[in-house]
Amino acid sequence: MTTDDTILRVEGLAKSFGTTEVLKEISFTVRKGETKVFIGPSGTGKSTLLRCINQLIIPDAGHVYLHGEEVTHAGARINHFRSKIGMVFQNFNLFDHMTAVRNVEIALMKVKGMKEDEAREKALFELRRVGMEDRADHYPAQLSGGQAQRVSIARALAMDPDVMLFDEPTSALDPELTGEVLEVIRGLARAGMTMLIVTHEMRFALSIADELLFMEHGTILERGAPGDLATSPTFERTRQFAGRFADL
Amino acid sequence: MDLAAILISWFPFLVTGIIATLGLVLAALGIGFVIGLPAAIGQVYGSRPVAFLINIYIWFFRGLPLLVLLFLFYFGIFPLLGLGWVSPFLVGALVLGLHGGAYQAEIFRGALLSIGEGQMTAARSLGMSRSQAIRHVILPQALLIALPGWSNEYPTVLTDTSVCYAIGVAELLTRASVIVSTEYIAMPIYLACAGIYLVLNYVGIKGLHILEKRVSVPGFETGSD
Repeated sequence: MTTDDTILRVEGLAKSFGTTEVLKEISFTVRKGETKVFIGPSGTGKSTLLRCINQLIIPDAGHVYLHGEEVTHAGARINHFRSKIGMVFQNFNLFDHMTAVRNVEIALMKVKGMKEDEAREKALFELRRVGMEDRADHYPAQLSGGQAQRVSIARALAMDPDVMLFDEPTSALDPELTGEVLEVIRGLARAGMTMLIVTHEMRFALSIADELLFMEHGTILERGAPGDLATSPTFERTRQFAGRFADL
Repeated sequence: MDLAAILISWFPFLVTGIIATLGLVLAALGIGFVIGLPAAIGQVYGSRPVAFLINIYIWFFRGLPLLVLLFLFYFGIFPLLGLGWVSPFLVGALVLGLHGGAYQAEIFRGALLSIGEGQMTAARSLGMSRSQAIRHVILPQALLIALPGWSNEYPTVLTDTSVCYAIGVAELLTRASVIVSTEYIAMPIYLACAGIYLVLNYVGIKGLHILEKRVSVPGFETGSD
């Protein structure tokens, strides 16, 4: 691997809440087009890690670089970096007072300075990508959870991000609605999107990950190619964790 | 009929009073909004000193009886500032506005606090600045949520305007009293005055309900019909 295709570099990221160390010296690099999937028990810092990357949570120590530019301590430039780091939340967090298409175009206009018709065109294109064009004029309250999450993915994609962060994108969904969202994320992987995904869907994690990272107690305990999960000794703890899932 | 003739002859006089009363209501609601909304934003999103000052404002204007505020401003603060020449109407409108603003601030504060954390987080994650997020994401939702509570300010302020009688604003009640003391008939005049208040009240509340329906967004239904 050349260093040229490194999109995101995380170095020694640490975060404590009170006396609880949520992240302990986390480091990794993400190459263009790569999908890294973080798994592990709840409360082991996976979501905090994603939020430290785009500085929604300010880490206590460590550095994050996007294309070699430092995101940490970016000051007012942080808004510029955030617009290049797409984020999808467990609870969708769509803007409840806006239609689906408004949700997608608002940041295009206010952050990227696009004209309204240009933003509308781009927003509809992104909604089409996630199969939500026919719901463009629906308000979040009129969408199912799966539909809302697809709109929120479109909203993040519209900014043409260099990397997408997925924070348990299907955890708030009824089981029968997870499929449509996972299918959209798979499509992104095929299209070469660079992604960090936190998920509890083990089967999905194994099928989409280029690298699987098992986190526990604020550290990356084990990591490797998902193909090695069944056999490699590097995944001993992960196997123990994954064994609790019936679908494996 | 004597009474009917009297009422009719005074009618233009009363109408001028109605206009003054509605002027006080509009000024008070307007000033209250212009003060109350930023005050609420400052309380929720401002620095600690800013929030502290706003709290003092709210404590002061909600903590004093309206009549005391009117006397304090009309006979105290305005003359002391060399503004004794300002008309009672303007002093009344300002005091009602400052008083209402304190209440409106509390209405908007509650609405702002009811917006989930995730809305701000999502807006910031897209690269919006804090003030952009407040302007485009938080405020529009807070206003939708605040509207039913805010509508309640109308009947409150409408009835409060009658207190301006005490500093001689020529509003509805003051004019009714002038008629009473001129014609020596009390009951029919005050009944007519009360009837006018009730009609103004009804019309305003209806109008606000129509507005609520107009701006209603799925997920923010107020259920007022």
